[in-house]
Amino acid sequence: MKKLQKVTLTINDSEVIAKEGMTILEVARDAGIYIPTLCYHEKLAPYGACRICTVELSRKGRSRLVTSCVYTVEEGLIVKTESPKVIKIRKMLLELMLASSPAKAIQELARQYGIEKRRFEAEKTNCILCGLCVRYCSEIKQANAIGFVGRGTERRVVFHPEIASTVCASCRECFSLCPTGKLPSETDGVCFDDLTVDDFLKTQQSPA
Amino acid sequence: MRLKSPADLQRKRQKIISLRDSSRHCVTICSGTACHAYASEKTALAFDEEIKSSGLKGKVDIRRTGCHGFCERGPIVVIFPEEICYLGVKPDDVSEIVSTTLMGKGLVDRLLYKDGNGEKVVHEGDIPFYKHQTRIVFGNNRLIDPKNIDDYIALGGYSALTKALFEMSPDDVMQTVKRANLRGRGGGGFPAGIKWETTRNAPGETKYVIVNADEGDPGAYMDRSLLEGNPHSVLEGLIIGAYAIGSHNGYVYVRQEYPLAIENLSIALNQAREYGLLGENILGSRFNFDVTVHRGAGAFVSGESSALMNAIEGKVGEPRPKYTRTAVSGIGDKPSNLNNVETWANVPLIISRGADWFASIGTEGSRGTKIFSLVGKVNNTGLVEVPMGMTLREIIYDIGGGIRHGKKFKVVQTGGPSGGCIPESLLDIPVDFDELAKVGSMMGSGGMIVMDEDDCMVDVARYFLTFLTEESCGKCIPCREGIRQMLAILDRICEGEGKEGDIVMLEELSEVVQDASLCALGTTAPNPVLSTIRYFKDEYEAHIRERRCPAGVCKALVSYYINPEQCQACQICLRECPVGAITGGKNIVHVIEQDQCTKCGTCLDVCPPRFAAVEKLSGRPVPAAPPQGTKVKRVKKAQQ
Repeated sequence: MKKLQKVTLTINDSEVIAKEGMTILEVARDAGIYIPTLCYHEKLAPYGACRICTVELSRKGRSRLVTSCVYTVEEGLIVKTESPKVIKIRKMLLELMLASSPAKAIQELARQYGIEKRRFEAEKTNCILCGLCVRYCSEIKQANAIGFVGRGTERRVVFHPEIASTVCASCRECFSLCPTGKLPSETDGVCFDDLTVDDFLKTQQSPA
Repeated sequence: MRLKSPADLQRKRQKIISLRDSSRHCVTICSGTACHAYASEKTALAFDEEIKSSGLKGKVDIRRTGCHGFCERGPIVVIFPEEICYLGVKPDDVSEIVSTTLMGKGLVDRLLYKDGNGEKVVHEGDIPFYKHQTRIVFGNNRLIDPKNIDDYIALGGYSALTKALFEMSPDDVMQTVKRANLRGRGGGGFPAGIKWETTRNAPGETKYVIVNADEGDPGAYMDRSLLEGNPHSVLEGLIIGAYAIGSHNGYVYVRQEYPLAIENLSIALNQAREYGLLGENILGSRFNFDVTVHRGAGAFVSGESSALMNAIEGKVGEPRPKYTRTAVSGIGDKPSNLNNVETWANVPLIISRGADWFASIGTEGSRGTKIFSLVGKVNNTGLVEVPMGMTLREIIYDIGGGIRHGKKFKVVQTGGPSGGCIPESLLDIPVDFDELAKVGSMMGSGGMIVMDEDDCMVDVARYFLTFLTEESCGKCIPCREGIRQMLAILDRICEGEGKEGDIVMLEELSEVVQDASLCALGTTAPNPVLSTIRYFKDEYEAHIRERRCPAGVCKALVSYYINPEQCQACQICLRECPVGAITGGKNIVHVIEQDQCTKCGTCLDVCPPRFAAVEKLSGRPVPAAPPQGTKVKRVKKAQQ
C-alpha cells in the first residue's frame, strides 16, 4: 500500500500539515479552525448541498470558491475560511434558508453572521433538504425508508410507506440528525433531545 | 455481411455506387421531426403511390431523408439530380410534381421559393437561407436516408474511421483533434482533444466514451436533427474517439422524448454491427468497441456531465459534488469522456480532411462551424450551420430573412437558460465562444431565439427562471432557493408590484447563485437576468417606477381601451370578447368594463384596422368611459 503523502497548506495565515486525501474541512477541524456546516456529517459521504462550508482558496495567484467538505487538500493551497466573499455567501445562504426554515440552528448561525432582518419569504417547510436523514437511512442503516421526491423547488423528503411502516417505529435514528427539528415534529413529536447521532452509531458496525 | 478489412469496405462502397444511376431521378422528402409534424410522411406515401400508378416504378428513387433545416417551409422535397427544391409540399401537390417535373421537364412554380422581389429560386442551394451557410456537418442530412447505412457509405462514410484505424496511431488521432482545436459544441466550449487526453492518461484500464444527446434548451433541436438525420456521422466520430482514447465501451445518452432519434440511432447501431464497424475486431483492425443506448428520463439537469454519469449508473440524475472531473472519474468512477452530438460529428471530418483544413474555417479561438437553431420572430426559422465568426446580423438578416411582419428587432437570446440576451447594438459581433461570453451570453449548444419589439425583457428573464426552478435538481441551496427568490422578485415586478431596490437585490442574489452553486446549471442560471438588466435596465425601471411595461406584455400593467372617437360599433369585439366584458350595441359606442376584462387582447386583434379603435395602454390610466349609450360618431366614407 502506498504511504499517504503529507501535504502542507495555509489556512487563515497559519500553516497546517495534512494527510493526502483529506478534505479542507477535515483538516481545518483537526486544527481547531471553525467552518460552519449543515449538511455535513463525518460518518456520511460528503454531499455539498448546503454550501455553507464554502471557503475561498487561492493557488498560483488565482482565487476560487469551493465547498470545504468536498475539496481535497493540495500542496501549497492558501485557504481563507472567513474572507469577505465567503461571509457574503454565507449570509445570503442563511437568509435564503431562514425564509423557509426559521429553525433554531439556522437562526443561531444567522445571529453569528450578523443577519438582522429577514428579506425573503417562502413557504414554511422547515426543511432545508440537507439530506442527512435520507443519507443516514441509506448509507448507515441501508434501509432506504426515507428519500427525496420532486425536482427543483418541488423537491421534498418523504417516507416510503412500505419500508417506513416496518423499520421506522423501532429506529428513529434520523430524528436527532435533523438540523431543523422537522422530522420529529412532523412524525409523532417524539424528539431524542439528549442523544446525538454518535450514540446511535456506537451500536452500528462501522461501514467498510 | 461483415466487412473484414478496409478493402472490403471500399469494395462495398463501389458496389453501392455502381448499383446507383446518378442520372436517374431521386425524390428526397425531408422526414425530420419538423417536416414530420407537417405530415411529410403523407406526402412521401403519395409519391410512392403516384410513381407506381404512373408507371415510373424502378425508374425513380424515393428517399426519406433527415432534416434539411429550412423547417419554416416544410415538408421539403428536393428532386435530384437537378436539385429542384419544392417547399410546403402537400399530398395534393404530388401528382402535379410527378407529371410536370418527373415525366416532363417543367417546374411547378407555385412550390418554388420566391425571394423578396418575387423571383423564383429553383435550386435548394440558391435559396438565401442556404446560400449563406457552410454546411459541412449538417449538409449530408439531406442526401441520405438515415435508416440506410449504404447511403452514408456511398458518400464516403467510415473512410475516416479506416484512416484512423489503419494509417494513424491513437496518439496521431488525438494530436490531430488537438491541433484542429475542436471545442465542445455542448455549451462550455472546452477543447475536445484535451479532454480526450485527460481520459486516456487517467489511471484505469476501463474507459468510456459517451455521446451527450440530452439536448434540452428551450427552442434548440440541432442535436436532435443530426442524430435523427445522420446517426452514422456521430457514431463514426465516437468510434474514432474511442480508438484515440483506448475505450471499448461507449454510451449514447439520449432523451426519451426523442423517439425518432432513438429509432434511427438503434437502426444505425445494428447496421454498423452487421457490417463489422462495431463489435470485435473492427474492419480487421483488432480494435474492439461497442455502444449502448441509454435513454434519459427527461431531466434537463441530466445533461450536466456528472449528473449524466449518475443517470447511466442507474442513480438519480443529480450532479456530483466532487471536484474531480468526469474525464478522470465518471461512470463507475472510471475515466469517461463525454462530448456533445455535434462535437462527435465533427471528428470524422477532421480526420478525413485534416486539422489544417478544419482550422482554416472559423475564428482564431473557435474553429470550424456551428449549427444553430434559429427560431423566434424571424422569417426563416430552421437549423443553420455557419462558420464561427459570422456576425449575428448576417445570421438573422441574410439567412433568417429578418424580422417577421416588419417589426423591429429587439434581442437575440443565445445559449439557452444559461445564456443571455444580446441587443441590436451588438449585432455585428462575430459569433464564437469567446465573443458571446464577453457580451454576457454564451454559445451554449446553439439555441438562437430572435425577439422583437413586442417582447418584454423582464418577462423573458422570468420565463427562463421559471424553466430553471422546475429543472434545477433542487439539491443545493443557492440554486434552489436563490432562483426561487429571484423568480419571486421578477413575478412581483411583472405584476406591477416591483419595489425600489429590486434590481440591486436581483444582482446581489445573482452573485451568490453564481459563486456558490454546485453545478453549471446554477452557476449560469442568473445569466438571463443579468444580461437583461445589463442592456435593458430602463425596462426594469419602467415596470418598477412607472408601473409600465414598455412592450405591453405584462398583463397586470396593461389595459385595453376603446377610443370612443373611433369606435364604429361594428360589434365584432363585443361578440368575440370571451368574458363578455364589452358593453354597447348597434350604433352605440362600445366600452370595456375594466373590472371584468381579463386582458386577453382579443378586442385589439379583431378590431378592423380601418377603425383601429382599440388601444393597449400601459403606464397611464384608462380614460373615463363615455356616458352609457353614447352614439357613434360616424367617420365619413371619404375619410375611411
